[in-house]
Amino acid sequence: MTRRALKASERASDAKTKLSSPWASAVAIILAILWTLPTLGLFITSFRKPADISGPTATGWWTIFTNPSFSLDNYDKVLTGGASSLGSFFLNSFVITIPAVIIPIALALLAAYAFAWIPFKGRNFLFVAIFALQVVPIQVTLIPLQSQYVAWGLAASFWPVWLSHTIFGLPLAIFLLHNFMKEIPREIIEAARVDGAGHVKIFFRVLLPLLVPAIASFGIFQFLWVWNDLLVAIVFAPSANLAPLTARLAELSGTQGANWQLPAAGAFVSMAVPLIVFLALQRYFVRGLLAGGVKG
Amino acid sequence: MFDFSSSFWDWFLRPTTAVEKISVMVVAILLFALIVGAIIVAVDRPKIPNWLVVGGFLGPVVLVIGGGLFYPALRTLWVSFTATRDALGDNGKKIINPSTGQVTKEDYFYGFGNYGKIFSDGALQKVLLNTAMWVILVPLIATAIGLVYAVIIDRSRFEKFAKVLIFTPMAISMVGASIIWGFVYDFKDPSVVDNQIGLANQVLVWLGLNPVDFLRYWPWNTFALIVVMIWIQAGFAMTLLSAAIKGIPDDVIEAAKIDGASGMRLFRSITIPSIRPTLVVVITTIAMTSLKSFDIVRTMSRSNEEMSVVANEFYTQQFTRGQPAIAAALAVLLFIIVIPIIVYNVRQMRISEGMR
Repeated sequence: MTRRALKASERASDAKTKLSSPWASAVAIILAILWTLPTLGLFITSFRKPADISGPTATGWWTIFTNPSFSLDNYDKVLTGGASSLGSFFLNSFVITIPAVIIPIALALLAAYAFAWIPFKGRNFLFVAIFALQVVPIQVTLIPLQSQYVAWGLAASFWPVWLSHTIFGLPLAIFLLHNFMKEIPREIIEAARVDGAGHVKIFFRVLLPLLVPAIASFGIFQFLWVWNDLLVAIVFAPSANLAPLTARLAELSGTQGANWQLPAAGAFVSMAVPLIVFLALQRYFVRGLLAGGVKG
Repeated sequence: MFDFSSSFWDWFLRPTTAVEKISVMVVAILLFALIVGAIIVAVDRPKIPNWLVVGGFLGPVVLVIGGGLFYPALRTLWVSFTATRDALGDNGKKIINPSTGQVTKEDYFYGFGNYGKIFSDGALQKVLLNTAMWVILVPLIATAIGLVYAVIIDRSRFEKFAKVLIFTPMAISMVGASIIWGFVYDFKDPSVVDNQIGLANQVLVWLGLNPVDFLRYWPWNTFALIVVMIWIQAGFAMTLLSAAIKGIPDDVIEAAKIDGASGMRLFRSITIPSIRPTLVVVITTIAMTSLKSFDIVRTMSRSNEEMSVVANEFYTQQFTRGQPAIAAALAVLLFIIVIPIIVYNVRQMRISEGMR
């Protein structure tokens, strides 16, 4: 897998056009539409008039094609509508996500550097141990962590959320960054050493520029993971002052019952950011997947 | 531990306005940048011993992972073997804390009692059964669909476009996916309301059938949730399998073609064996994800506990039922089921390390 497979896949897709068959193209389009239909349905719903979505005169979203009527009411209500507004939750999502992406990257870079380029006793054992801890279900750690945060006086603030996401993200971050670091030719590092470069210089001048794709790759993983997380959020950020969009949305979809207009618009407000990140950077995302950066 | 009454700590721990939240976020980032920077500068001296460099670089990580992952896991393991005795003890007498004189509850060693409860309690047995359905059905179906998609889409003209659309559910939150599918499954009682607004039921109506309350009756409601997970994971399977198929060397395929293999034969005797390692990785990864699946069940099952799975039941037992020991045992069970996958992954990694 990994690099070799990726290169091969790029090569193969260059030679693609002559192999493509018309029926495969047709089926591919049908599959893609089929897969997008649930999302499309909710997306269209989010732009319909509230009376068309719930209540006695409600009709399915597909009727919009024969009887088009659009409105921004739902988004207006979701974004600015007082008690049920998502604005502050949106901010909380950012406040939670940004440090929870940056902190593990910073710590993991240090560790990956040591694992890749500094020989020491027990290196392999420690590395394998950290790799194995990647799959520890976070449920196993939540409650002792919570009592620890309470004992430190950090509970019910953003700190437990940041720290927890750092803890859960680190094993994957170290593994991914280490794999990419190892692929950097030894000669480059050695040449820098001969020139008298210390760790700082090697780290910032030589390795960091080469690691941008790896950092981007893990960054997207962690961003999507943290932004989309529900479990850590409802355990460690239980108050409205701290809760991110996902927690609020889960609550909305539970309490709003048949009133689909609010969850519909809310879902797309919460999905906008990760979708933009994903579509803009999906190349790196796929690359991370193929490099074994796979998170449960 | 600290005096948290000052206004500094108030802001540091309880930011309420947007400005306070953003500034404490910046402070958190700077704090960690400072730590990392200090470590790098400290070890960057000519005559510094190797162990100090390693200690500096790995210290924070070992501290965070050891204290945040390893130790809590052991702690949970311990809690799973305990139970809380009620204020009324075994012999019906109130337990009085001798030092404070207050009525108290106390923890005591309970052995495998919590595990016994999980396996003998009817509701929890259903939770285990649901979990088994998730862990078996999601990986198999999602991988099968992903494989079919990979083969078809790789041969189409719209490869990139179709792949992005099918892969996109991976990027949206499971909460978002739950809302999307909750809407697809929406059910209107036909004796009350004429129009279905959920696509799934409208399709049934178009076919001349009666609408179904998909999320109501077990085990169909669990299948309905499993479909959501398959919808999310198939794109993941497709991406990895497509890369693996393209990684099969051309000469192998050429040779098989010269031998007269084509179509299904080529697929069965060349493609499948060549991508077997990837298939295993995909299946185990999806199995792990499904095992830990919490968000979908939490968001879609509402209060119908028949749909619960281990990962979700953990939360319910801990926070709704106030049964931390049962919750701990469920978490440990999750971990035990994952162990074979960890072992397999480590062995795989060792093998690929050796090849490097």
